[in-house]
Amino acid sequence: MGLFVAQLLTGLANAAALFLVASGLSLIFGVTRIVNFAHGSLYMLGAYVGLTLMNHLPGHFGFWGSIVMAGLIVGLIGVVIEVCVLRPVYRAPELFQLVATFGVILVIQDLALMIWGAEDQLGPRAPGLRSVVRILGEPVPQYDLALIAITPFILFGLWWFIAKTRTGILVRAATQDREMVGALGVNQSWLFTGVFFLGSALAGLGGAIQLPKGGADLLMDLNIISAVFVVVVVGGMGSIPGAFIAAVLISVLNVFGVAYVPQSTLVLMYVVMAVVLMVKPYGLLGREEKAGEHGQVGEVERPIRPAGLVGRSLVVVLLAVLALVPFFASTFMQVLITDIVIFCLFAASLQFILSSGGLVSFGHAVFFGGGAYVSALLVTYSETPMEVAFLLAPLGAGLLALGIGWFCIRLSGVYFAMLTLAFSQLVWSLVFQWGSVTGGDDGLVNIWPSDWLSGTTAYYYFTLALGVGGILVLRHIIHSPFGYTLRATRDSARQAEATGIDVKKVQWLAFALAGAMAGLAGGLFVFSKGSIFPNELEIAKSFDALIVVFLGGVKTLSGGVVGAVFMESVKDWLTRLEYWRLILGLLIIAVVIIAPEGIVGSLRKFGERIGLVKEQESMQ
Amino acid sequence: MKQVKTLLAAAAIAVLGSSAYAADTIKIGEINHYKRLAAFAEPYKKGVELALSEINSSGGVLGKDLEFIFRDDQGKPGEAVKIAEELMTRDGAVMLTGTILSNVGLAISSFAAEKGYIYLAAEPLADALVWTSGNPYTFRLRASTWVQAAMLAEEAAKTDAIRYATIAPNYAYGTAAVEAFKVNLKQRKPEVEFVTEQWPALFKIDAGSEVQAIESAKPDAIYNVTFGPDLAKFVREGTTRGVFEGRKVYGLLTGEPEYLEPLKDEAPEGWFVTGYPWYGFTAGPEKKFVDAYIAEFPGETPKIGSLVGYMTAKSIATLITDAGSTETDALLAAFKDLKVDTPMGEITYRALDHQSTMGAYVGTTALEDGKGVMVDWSYKDPAAYMPSDDEVKAMRPAN
Repeated sequence: MGLFVAQLLTGLANAAALFLVASGLSLIFGVTRIVNFAHGSLYMLGAYVGLTLMNHLPGHFGFWGSIVMAGLIVGLIGVVIEVCVLRPVYRAPELFQLVATFGVILVIQDLALMIWGAEDQLGPRAPGLRSVVRILGEPVPQYDLALIAITPFILFGLWWFIAKTRTGILVRAATQDREMVGALGVNQSWLFTGVFFLGSALAGLGGAIQLPKGGADLLMDLNIISAVFVVVVVGGMGSIPGAFIAAVLISVLNVFGVAYVPQSTLVLMYVVMAVVLMVKPYGLLGREEKAGEHGQVGEVERPIRPAGLVGRSLVVVLLAVLALVPFFASTFMQVLITDIVIFCLFAASLQFILSSGGLVSFGHAVFFGGGAYVSALLVTYSETPMEVAFLLAPLGAGLLALGIGWFCIRLSGVYFAMLTLAFSQLVWSLVFQWGSVTGGDDGLVNIWPSDWLSGTTAYYYFTLALGVGGILVLRHIIHSPFGYTLRATRDSARQAEATGIDVKKVQWLAFALAGAMAGLAGGLFVFSKGSIFPNELEIAKSFDALIVVFLGGVKTLSGGVVGAVFMESVKDWLTRLEYWRLILGLLIIAVVIIAPEGIVGSLRKFGERIGLVKEQESMQ
Repeated sequence: MKQVKTLLAAAAIAVLGSSAYAADTIKIGEINHYKRLAAFAEPYKKGVELALSEINSSGGVLGKDLEFIFRDDQGKPGEAVKIAEELMTRDGAVMLTGTILSNVGLAISSFAAEKGYIYLAAEPLADALVWTSGNPYTFRLRASTWVQAAMLAEEAAKTDAIRYATIAPNYAYGTAAVEAFKVNLKQRKPEVEFVTEQWPALFKIDAGSEVQAIESAKPDAIYNVTFGPDLAKFVREGTTRGVFEGRKVYGLLTGEPEYLEPLKDEAPEGWFVTGYPWYGFTAGPEKKFVDAYIAEFPGETPKIGSLVGYMTAKSIATLITDAGSTETDALLAAFKDLKVDTPMGEITYRALDHQSTMGAYVGTTALEDGKGVMVDWSYKDPAAYMPSDDEVKAMRPAN
């Protein structure tokens, strides 16, 4: 009994920081519809700023004052981010802003390293709360009890602010219909800035308040972000009480998981998330999303048509140059282009469901890595010939996508995205955990192609043929009746259904096709590198693809490919520099601000303006 | 005719870029996670730089300066493989080295074997590098996880503790470290039992509940493999809740300055750990290295990474000097039972499995002047803790 109570209290205490960070993210999403990947970075800044302040301010007042001040300072940093980075891109396509927040993550990572150094920092203990209280014989840290006591006050304060104040009413109104709020004369941009301040301050507060239980280190930004997303989604996006309930639920479950199924700690959270989303698609306390909010913000997408003569000739010339590369360039150039082509195919497969299908997947890497693992497992355990193992990569990934898609397509919008994330994390943790089969994070090695493909040049042509082939097939499908049907389901599911289209089935098939193509890219990848590790199915990999699709232009057909080429080339060059993350982050932010419709979208517009391309020809 | 040749050569240099052809240095491709794991990679790089300045100020190798090309792989194995190719084919590196993360090390190792490049794995802890996934082109410097766990198990077997709890990050290194400790301890003391095994996710430890779970199993002793921020949280919660009181704790790598220093005055006392007590050296090459390091980088103190970086560069310099050439075949031949003078004394790269005989320091943690240190430490040679030659041969793939 004592142990049970003690565990419950530990779970509740752990929920405090998680709730603070998650409520901030939830608030920001609810009002601004921005999925703020950089929220973990704000949490990390809160920890570092709080630590620095505590080292200078002594005593009770210093400790608690530092926590509050850390919140305020991080809130102001959030305002700077909102005004400088996000405000210029509010009118961009839905979810485009997440690319900008990704740039912010990179910038903050390098700045934090510059300012606070690489070494982990241990947080100071709370003055007067250093020891334990015996509850039913079990030791419970005093600071845990303090956290448990503080959290309801913050929850109540937020609730009061949202429910009772005029600003809060405006915030709620904006959560429900921000255009109407604007039409009624409320200054939206100040409302957004204010919400960003509050959300960031909560993240900073969360970072500072956990100091006595841990400290500050440079990995904490990415380490907390997935848990925060889970809490926000399980609670219901935009719901503060939901975030509280979910934070408690996840933390308490985690504590009991540690006690009874210690190996399960990685996977438990995502199982909960997947179950909740399947039973309650909008989270525990979330509201159903209003139709039409997704995919149609900003300029309406134009009808598509096959590339014109000029476009086709350009592609042919480019392919001819690529085919000649081995005759004039170094072997490294071939390796680099192989990498880029593989990534392009992966990005193109995401773009297929994302822009033509309107289905934003946050877990697309599961199919890329899934395909790679299918090949690698076959080679490792049944000594399958490379050619067969390679063919089974897209098939395996396609089957996986059929399975995952069956669950996910019931949802739409951000909730669809989150469910794909949950499933991809489930598969990831399975691969990571099942060491006896998958090798865990030590992966599977020595997965090399057959002799006829083992040369760099041979594999280069192989990748070129299949990679470019895959991209062209996807493009062709977009122009086929199936592609038109898919876009119909995206633009208006109801109308599509009324014309006799089985919307869910079309989406399901498209999802599986995109998965199979990602699996093809994964198959190419594993035989080019000779090894595969779980990081190829991680969230970070999914986001890599997501970012290049948005960066290239989500409302274009070639955006993913162009974005992938741009990103891979820039990264290859920048990582030679000392502060490459800072530079890359700033570059991404700059591109986002200069080209809010993505590289291709904005170039197209520019071309039209100066009369270089005619409007009907410009559907590249 | 001669002029034409000169002109052509000049043109070739201009076209192909001067870095690869004009400079007369011997280049080593060094791949690491300089940003992803800055806390470990920075001291490592400094160690390499110190060794390079010593090597080059005393004439370099084969009459040329030794140069490391440092490249950041973002902590991604796929990226590392691409960079490895570039270093070898475009930058003119003669061999590869580096990496801390095991998975990146394994990826480069597999790639090196496929392409016939030599790879000296500096810091990765996965024993698969030299054993189950070993190959003719891969060598490893750092003392293996198996050996360090066996050193702790040997000490643990001397006590009368029977009931053990283990806590290790839930990934390959953690599971290997626990497995090695269990096997070695059971061998020496068959009656021990492992009453609970805790597996927090790497860098996502839920320290309070882990400590509670350990406490409720009522073990006699605890074996810790957590490190970095996980260790800090585990120590703090454990101390607050009194889980370490009256229990012996064995900590793998816990005594390394990278992990012990951030704990400051909360460093645990009385743990038996492997680590690097640089502050305790009084004479000999160990001390000389520490002094040289502090002189080269004022305000810094050496970490285990610094030592590994230093020994990596020294190993490579000795290798090339012994081989008398930078050709792969000559280097491979010279690597067999290569002997290198290091701050830890002479080490050998065993021809058997390509593992170096770098050992480890073991000792007991204590607090001195508000800092965690190792006391009563000693240096242990790994020979006695290695699996037998036959066992190693059985593990290594036959090629």
